[in-house]
Amino acid sequence: MFQIRFHGRGGQGVVTAAEMLSVAAFLEGKYAQAFPSFGSERMGAPVISYCRIDNKEIRLREPIGEPDAVIIQDPTLLNSVDVFSGINENCYLLFNSKQSYKELGIEDFISDFKSQRVGRVPATELALEHVGRPVPNAALLGGLAAITGIIQVDSVVRAVREKFSGKVAEANVVVVNAAFEMTKKLLNSGG
Amino acid sequence: MLKQIEGSQAVAETIGLCRPEVICAYPITPQTHIVEGLGTLVRKGIITNCEYINVESEFAALSVAIGASAGGARSYTATASQGLLFMAEAVYNASGLGLPIVMTIGNRAIGAPINIWNDHSDSMSMRDSGWIQLYAETNQEAMDLHIQAFRIAEEVGCPVMVCMDGFILTHAYERVDVPRQEQVDAFLPPYEPMQVLDPSDPVSIGAMVGPEAFSEVRYLAHYKQMRALERIPEISAEFKERFGRDSGGLVHPYKTEDAETIVVALGSVNGTIKDVIDEMRLDGKKIGSLSICSFRPFPLERLREILSPAKQIIVIEKNIAVGMGGILSANIRMALRGLVQPVTTCIAGLGGRPITKKSLQEMFDKTMRQEVDDINFLDLDWEIIRRELDREKADRRSGPIAENILKDIGKRLEE
Repeated sequence: MFQIRFHGRGGQGVVTAAEMLSVAAFLEGKYAQAFPSFGSERMGAPVISYCRIDNKEIRLREPIGEPDAVIIQDPTLLNSVDVFSGINENCYLLFNSKQSYKELGIEDFISDFKSQRVGRVPATELALEHVGRPVPNAALLGGLAAITGIIQVDSVVRAVREKFSGKVAEANVVVVNAAFEMTKKLLNSGG
Repeated sequence: MLKQIEGSQAVAETIGLCRPEVICAYPITPQTHIVEGLGTLVRKGIITNCEYINVESEFAALSVAIGASAGGARSYTATASQGLLFMAEAVYNASGLGLPIVMTIGNRAIGAPINIWNDHSDSMSMRDSGWIQLYAETNQEAMDLHIQAFRIAEEVGCPVMVCMDGFILTHAYERVDVPRQEQVDAFLPPYEPMQVLDPSDPVSIGAMVGPEAFSEVRYLAHYKQMRALERIPEISAEFKERFGRDSGGLVHPYKTEDAETIVVALGSVNGTIKDVIDEMRLDGKKIGSLSICSFRPFPLERLREILSPAKQIIVIEKNIAVGMGGILSANIRMALRGLVQPVTTCIAGLGGRPITKKSLQEMFDKTMRQEVDDINFLDLDWEIIRRELDREKADRRSGPIAENILKDIGKRLEE
C-alpha cells in the first residue's frame, strides 16, 4: 500500500487533489481510497487530505499517520503545521514553490532525504498562467507522478478530464504535463 | 459499472435506481452531499416520476415523507445528528403507522458541545423507535443496503434507517460497483402499499388507541421486527444471487471459527479491525471479529451462536450511554445471557476521534491479558481530564468544561 498525505489551505483544492489521485489510480485498475481530514471548511484554514493506493481492497479507515509521500500545497504551512509528522527518510516530499529549498529554509532538513525523492514545482504560478486561478492541485499531481512513479502522468490527465470539463479541463491538462516535465528536469539536474 | 466516486454520490445514484417517488430533504452535515446529489439527479431528469420537496426543517422532511408514504408513494429522506433529534416525534410516528420509508443517517455526534464529526450517538438515540436499523461497513455496502432496505421496508411494513459513518464513508472516494437499472428493477418491484390514503376509498390512519389495545399494537410492531429478522438474511441471500456480492444480512463474521477472542462492532471501523485481526493472526493470536449489520432487529440468537464458543468478547462502540457504559455491549450481554464469557466495552471514536490500528491492537492485547476494566475508553487523554477535575475542585466557577479543555490543549501544543 502507498499512502499520500496532502497539506494545504481551504480553497486550494486539497480534497479534490486526493480525490483526483484516487480516480487516476482507479483508472489504472488499482484500489484507491481518498478522504478529507474532516475539518471545518474555511478559506485559508489548514486542510489535510489523504489518498491510499493498493493492489487489493483497502479496508483501513484511520488517517494516514506514516505517509509514503507528503505534498505541501502551501509552503507557509511549514511554520504552523507539522507537515512532516510521521515520515521517515524514505518518504517522498513535494513542495509547491518557485523558491529554492534554501529560500524556504529547509535545505538542511531535506538533505536527510533521497534527492530523487524530493521535488518542487511552481504549481500556483503554473495554475495562474494556464487556468487563471491559484489552484495548485493538478500541477502537484503531475509532480507526484514524476517523483514517485506511483501513478502515470497519463492517468492523472484522464482523472483531470473526469473531474473537470471543457476549457478548465484542458487548461489543467496543460498544467499537469508541464509540472511533470519540470519536475523530471529538476530531478535529472540533481534536485 | 465500476466507478471511483464519493460515498454520498454513490448513495444518491443508488437511491435513484430504486425509483423513489417522493424525496424530502433538509441538508445537514455530513448528509448534505447525498441530498444535493439527489436534487441534481431529479433536476436533470435522470430520476423520473419523482417529486423532490425542499422543506423547512427535518421535522417537516419526515412529516412530508410520512404523508407521501401513506399516499402510496415510495418515499425517501436523509439526515444526521441534531437533524434526527429534531424529527424524533415523526420518527416514532412513521414506525407506529407502519410506513415503509427509507432514511439514510450520515452518522454524526450529538451536541453540546457541537461537533460535526462521526460517531453513532444519533442513530443510537432512535434505536428503540421501531425502525429497522442497518449499518454499512463500506460504501458498496451502503449502496446495497439501500436497495435491500426498500425491499425489507415494503415487505414487512416498517421504515428502515441505513446508517453510514459520516465523513469516513459519506466523504470517502472509493471503488464501487453501481448496479444497472434492470438489475435493481428485477430485485425491487414497484411499491405496493399495505395501506393507502385514497379519497375514493377513505380510511383514517393513526387512530387514538387507549389502554384496551395499545399493548397489542406495540406487540405487533415487535412481531414485525421479529419477522424482519427472518427476511433480512433471505433478502440478502437473494441480493447475492442477483448482484453477486455479500451485502447486508444480519452479521458478517470474520475469522471467528476458532477464535478465542471476538471483536464486535458496527459500521466502517470493522475494516480497520479486520486489518488488525490479520496482523494479530500472523502472531498466532486466535482472534476474529463480527460486524453487526442489523442492529434493529437485533439478532440475539445468531450472535449467541457465533459468540458463545469464544472465551471473551470485546465490543468497540462509537457511542456512550452516559451513566451506564456502552449500548452495543449491553445488547451483546443480552445475547450471551446465562453464559460466563466476559464482555469488555471499549468506547472509541467519539466525535470523530480517529480509531487507529495501533490503539486497537494495544486494546485487544490488553484484553487478552485481562488487564482491562469492564468499560474502557480508547485513547482517552487522562491528563486533560485530571486538570479539569482539579480546576472544578478548586473553584466552583471554574468555567465551561469544553472551553477549558480546548484552552488546555492549545497551551500544551504551544509548549
